[in-house]
Amino acid sequence: MLIRKSNGIASSEITSLSDYRNRRAFMQGAALAGVTALAGARLLDVAAPREGVQAATKLATVPSKLSTSGITPTSFQDITTYNNFYEFGTDKSDPAKNAWRLQTRPWTVSVEGEVKKKKTFDIDALLKLRPMEERIYRHRCVEAWSMVIPWDGYSLAEFIKECEPLSTAKYVQFLSYENLNQEPWIKEISLDWPYSEGLRMDEAMHPLTLLTFGLYGQALPNQDGAPVRVVVPWKYGFKSAKSIVKVRFVKKQPRTTWNESAPNEYGFYSNVNPSVDHPRWSQKYERVIGAPFWKARQATLMFNGYGDQVASLYAGMDLRKNF
Amino acid sequence: MKNRWIRGLKWIVFPACLVPLGLLVADGFTNQLGPDPVAEITHRTGFWALYFLLASLAITPLRRLHSRLAWLIRFRRMLGLFAFFYACLHLLTWVWLFSEFDLHAMAHDFVKRPFITVGIFAWVILLALAATSTQWAVRTLGGKRWQWLHRAVYLAATAAVIHYWWIVKPGVRTPWKVTAVLVVLLLLRLAWKAKETARKSQARVTVPA
Repeated sequence: MLIRKSNGIASSEITSLSDYRNRRAFMQGAALAGVTALAGARLLDVAAPREGVQAATKLATVPSKLSTSGITPTSFQDITTYNNFYEFGTDKSDPAKNAWRLQTRPWTVSVEGEVKKKKTFDIDALLKLRPMEERIYRHRCVEAWSMVIPWDGYSLAEFIKECEPLSTAKYVQFLSYENLNQEPWIKEISLDWPYSEGLRMDEAMHPLTLLTFGLYGQALPNQDGAPVRVVVPWKYGFKSAKSIVKVRFVKKQPRTTWNESAPNEYGFYSNVNPSVDHPRWSQKYERVIGAPFWKARQATLMFNGYGDQVASLYAGMDLRKNF
Repeated sequence: MKNRWIRGLKWIVFPACLVPLGLLVADGFTNQLGPDPVAEITHRTGFWALYFLLASLAITPLRRLHSRLAWLIRFRRMLGLFAFFYACLHLLTWVWLFSEFDLHAMAHDFVKRPFITVGIFAWVILLALAATSTQWAVRTLGGKRWQWLHRAVYLAATAAVIHYWWIVKPGVRTPWKVTAVLVVLLLLRLAWKAKETARKSQARVTVPA
C-alpha cells in the first residue's frame, strides 16, 4: 500500500504551540528590538519583558471534585483574546496584544495587615505550595457575557492558612500589579489604581475560591492575570483580581476599584444574580462567548450556578440591597 | 460639477456606503466576528450609524469652504439615509439578539435604562427625517418648515453621542473622539451664524437712512 506523506514539512520546522500563541508578542518584541538597536540602550528595559511571556509552562494538575461537570470549556483562543484587563487597554482585544509587556518574574506576593507576622511569598514557592487542581468553572462577566474556563490552582483557603491571619481579620483585600512602564494604558482610564478587590473572610475561605496560576494546564497567559490571580466563580468576573502582588487582611470592608468608581453599578458583593439588574442592562441573560450570534443568549443562573455551595454564606442577607 | 458627474459619482458612493454592511455579513458567514459576535454586530452598526450621521453633518461646513464645493449638498441626503439605515440595524440587534422580540423586556429597558431611552429618541428623530427626506416632502412642508424640522438632526446626533457615553463604563473615555467631531461640527455652525448676524447688522449700519 502506498502511503503518501501529506506534505514536505519537517517536524523541526513546525512552530511550537507556545511560540505560535505568542506570535504577536514575538513580532512586537522583534520590532521593539529593532527600535532598540536604533534608539540605543535606554529602550532595552522595555524590550526585555517578552522573556516572561514566551514560556508557556505546563502545569501538572490533579482532578478535583470541586470542578463543575457537564459544561464544555470555551476555546483557549477565546479565553486568551477576549479579556477585560484595563491595565492593558479598555478594548477586549487589547490585553492579548499588550500584556506581553508584563514582567512576571521575579514576582512576589506580600501579605500584611491582620496577620501574625508580615510575609512575602515568591511565586515559585506559591506554585509548589499545594498540588495544582484543574477546576472547570463558569465565568460570568458583569457585562452580561460568559465563558467556561478550565482553571488550574488550589483553594485560596490553603494559602490563607499559610498567611496565619488573626481573628480580627474580617476581610481580605487583593492588590494588583501597577507599573506605568509596563501598563501605560492605566493613564487612559480614570480609576483609582492599583486595581483593588476584596472578599469577606468566609468567602475567601470557601473551597470554591481558587488561587489560580494557570488555565488549560499551562501557566496563565499574561492577559488572563499572570502569574497569580483569584477566581471566585459565583461572583461577577471583576471580583477576581488579576496579577496579584499584595494580600492584605483587614478589619473593615476594603476599597474595591469598580465599587469606588460607580457604587450604584458595582456592589462590593457582586454575586451573580439574574434578579438584580445592573442599572444599565438586565442580568437575566448572558451572551455565551464563542457561540454563533443567533444562539448566544442563555439564561443566567443564581450565584452563577453555585448556589448549592455558596447560598448559605448569605443567609438572612438582602441580596437586593447587598448587590 | 456637472449633473452627469454627480450622477456617476453617486453610483460609486452608494455601494461604498454598503461596504461596512458587506464586511459585517461576510465576517458573519466566515465566523470572523470574534468571541462575542453579538457585541461586535452591535458595535459596528452603532459606530457606522454615528459615522454617517457625522459625515452628513460635515457636508455644510465643507461646502462653505469654497463655492466650488457646492455640489457636495447632493450627497447629504444619501449619507443621512445611510445613517438611518445603520441605526435601524443597530436597533434590530437590540430587538432581536438582546431581547429576542420580548416586548415586555424591551418596554422595561426603555423605561428603566436612560441609554436605551436616549438611543431610541435619536432613532425616532432619524425616522422622522428619513420619512420627510423626499422632494415631495420638501414641497409639501414648505422649505422653511422642512429646514426647521431637519435641524432636529443636531438633536439626534447629540442624543447618539450621549447614548454612547452612557453605555461605556464610568471612567472609560473612548467616546471622546466622536464627541470632539460633533462639537466641532456644531461650533462651526454657531460661528457661521454669528458671522452672518454680524455681517447683516454691519450692512444695516452702513446703509444710510
